[in-house]
Amino acid sequence: MIRVQAEDFDLGAELAALREGRRDIGALASFVGLVREMAPEGTQASAPDSSHNGSGEQSMTLEHYPGMTEKMLAEIEAEAQARWPLQASLIIHRYGRLLPGEQIVLVACASPHRHAAFEACQFLMDWLKTKAPFWKLEEVDGKGNWVDARESDEAAARRWQGG
Amino acid sequence: MITLLYFAWVRSDIGVAQEALETKAETVGELLAELQARSDQHAHALAEPARLRFAVNQTFVELGSPVRDGDEVAIFPPMTGG
Repeated sequence: MIRVQAEDFDLGAELAALREGRRDIGALASFVGLVREMAPEGTQASAPDSSHNGSGEQSMTLEHYPGMTEKMLAEIEAEAQARWPLQASLIIHRYGRLLPGEQIVLVACASPHRHAAFEACQFLMDWLKTKAPFWKLEEVDGKGNWVDARESDEAAARRWQGG
Repeated sequence: MITLLYFAWVRSDIGVAQEALETKAETVGELLAELQARSDQHAHALAEPARLRFAVNQTFVELGSPVRDGDEVAIFPPMTGG
């Protein structure tokens, strides 16, 4: 199951719903991605105090491509189901303006044994980062900066392709 | 008529999220060349194809991929979700 939403989610409620009525699940792994507070620029002691003019208010705005986002998440989930013996899976990804500490993304995978559940969660996150059309805009004191894609994320996605 | 969608800094650099274009371009690359000539903002945003990703009808494509009348073509930077 996939969901793309502006609203927050409740990890406990989502996992309870995922395994409701099931007695065959032996492992339920999940991952939650959060908006991380960025260290202010020039946190070194040598930074002049004049660089700290603003209040430092930070936010992260997630833009996405409605339609293609859902399509790609469904494809990524289907690929995970094809590669591992999953009994249930869930991807929730939020969009809109979020503050440090807020939840961005949840992936969860259920399987009879733990390895498949752990691995499938990692796979979902690695592929989602490079294949789902989301973009992050970081803002500090109202100044926006589009986050650059990281080569380490590309490498993380590629490591699954041999399978 | 082709519908163009722009996202993230491609959208903010060009200044619009969506536009329609009558074109004779037969590939994404030809379409890109045509768009680059459309305005200074387009030229700036689309100057480096290596920094861009393309989707036709919500499927990732390459510069040599075909475009046809009625297609939805999206141009955006590499993704940074998750």
